Amino acid sequence: MSDIPSELKYTKTHEWVRDEGDGVVTVGITDHAQELLGDLVFVELPEVGAEINAGDECAVVESVKAASDVYCPLSGEVVAVNEVLTDAPETINSDAYEAGWMFRLKLVDEGEIDSLLDADAYAEHCESEEH
Amino acid sequence: MSADKKTVLNAVHREMGARMVPFGGWDMPVHYGSQIEEHHAVRQDAGMFDVCHMTVVDLRGERVRAFLSHLLANDVARLKTPGKALYSCMLRPDGGVIDDLIVYFMDEDWFRMVVNAGTTEKDIAWLREQAPAFEVSVEPRFDLGMIAVQGPNARDKALPLMAPALREAAAALKPFNAATDGHWFVGRTGYTGEDGFEIMLPEDETEALWRELAAAGVRPCGLGARDTLRLEAGMNLYSQDMDEGVTPLAAGLAWTVSLEGGRDFIGREALERQRAAGGIPRFIGVVLDGRGVLRAHQKLFDGGREVGEITSGGFSPTLQRAIGMARVAADAGADLQVEIRGRKLPLIQVKMPFVRHGEALIEL
Repeated sequence: MSDIPSELKYTKTHEWVRDEGDGVVTVGITDHAQELLGDLVFVELPEVGAEINAGDECAVVESVKAASDVYCPLSGEVVAVNEVLTDAPETINSDAYEAGWMFRLKLVDEGEIDSLLDADAYAEHCESEEH
Repeated sequence: MSADKKTVLNAVHREMGARMVPFGGWDMPVHYGSQIEEHHAVRQDAGMFDVCHMTVVDLRGERVRAFLSHLLANDVARLKTPGKALYSCMLRPDGGVIDDLIVYFMDEDWFRMVVNAGTTEKDIAWLREQAPAFEVSVEPRFDLGMIAVQGPNARDKALPLMAPALREAAAALKPFNAATDGHWFVGRTGYTGEDGFEIMLPEDETEALWRELAAAGVRPCGLGARDTLRLEAGMNLYSQDMDEGVTPLAAGLAWTVSLEGGRDFIGREALERQRAAGGIPRFIGVVLDGRGVLRAHQKLFDGGREVGEITSGGFSPTLQRAIGMARVAADAGADLQVEIRGRKLPLIQVKMPFVRHGEALIEL
C-alpha cells in the first residue's frame, strides 16, 4: 500500500498539495502515482511566473512506461519550481512528498484548498480505481 | 484488453513483488520494483524473463525443410547443422508480415519454431493452412514453459541447474544454436543484445527452475526491461515496428529476406515488385538531441514536411538518452525533427544497434 500522509490534501488526478501558509502551497504527485508510473526519466516543469487555472495541464512526468500530465490542483501563480528534478527525475520515485516536490503556487483564492480531498477520501479514491 | 490467460509462473511473479499488466491477452509482470535496475542487471550481470506466453510449435514431416523454404522469407537452407537457429519473417502473399519468429533445425524431420504470444492463433491457422501440401504436422507445444536467462553471467548461472548431459551440450553451444535432452531444450538465443539462454521445459518444472535461478542470483525482469533492452539492441517488436501492413523491406529487416537462387516463397513476388518500384521507406535509428522521451507514433518532420513516425521509442537506461526506431520516407533528409507535445525537437540519426554486450555502440 502506498504512503498517504494525513497532513496533505489531494486531487483525484493524484497530485498532492501542502499548505505552506501565506496563501502558498507546494504541489507534487503522490506516492501512488509514482508507483503506477514506474521509474521516472523526465519531468517538464511550469515556468516561474506562469498563472495557471485549477485543472489545467501544467507539467509532465514521463516514466520508462508513459508520459503523464500533471494537472494544477488550484489556481495561482507559480512562484518556485524544483530544479533538482530536471537532472534527477527519479527523486520523485524515492521521495514523492519531500525532495520530489514539483512547484509552489501563490493562490488566487486560499479558500479553494478546502475543495480538495483529504487523506481518507484520497485513499478511498485510489481503492476505487484499483477495481 | 482482457488478461485472463496466466502463465504457470503467475503466482510466483506476484510473490516476488511484480506489478502485473495485461499484455496480448496475458497477465504479465511489467517490473518487480524498478524497470531500470532490471535493465542494468541484464546488461551487467544476469536477469530472467517469463516467456511462457510465447508459443513453441513443433513441425514434423519428411518434407518439413521444403515447407519452411516455401513459408519463410529467410532461407532455411542456411540451417546446415542440427541445433542451428534462424530468425525470419513469415509473410502474406502481399508481403505483409504475419509474424517474426525463430526456427531451430533439429533434424530433417523436425524443426522447432517459436512465435509471438499475441499472434499465436493466426500463426497456427496460417501454418495449418500451408502445411498439408507438404504433409507436415503442426504441433503447438502448450505443454512447455519457457524462461529467457540473459546477461554476461547468465550462462554461468544457468548451466549448473541443468541435468549433466544437457549441461555439457549447452555449455558447448555457439550463439544461435540449441541443444536438447529429454524434455528440455536450450537455445543460446535471446532478445536483449546480451549472451544467454532461452530454456524450454515441461510446464510443471518451470516454477522450480525460476526459483533456482533466483537463488543463483538471476534477477527477475519484467516486460518493461525486456522492451528497453530489445530497443537498445535494435531488435524489432512485432505489431509496433512491423505488422501485416508493412513488408520486411520497410522495417529494417531486408537482411532477413533471402532472394537468392529464385527460391519460391510466399510474399516473394510482392517484395520484388516493391523493390523494382523503389521509394521504399527507410527504417532508421534515432536519438533525441536533448531532454524528453521518444514514444511510438510521434510524428517526424523534415523541415515543414511530415516524413514518418517513431515506431518504437523509449528512454535508454544505458545511454541515459531517449532513443527510437522510425520509419521515414525514402527521400527524408539527414536533419529530422520529432514533434513532442506540439514542439519540434531535433533528432540524430544513428546506425543500430544502440547497445550490444553491455557497450554503447553509438557516439553522442
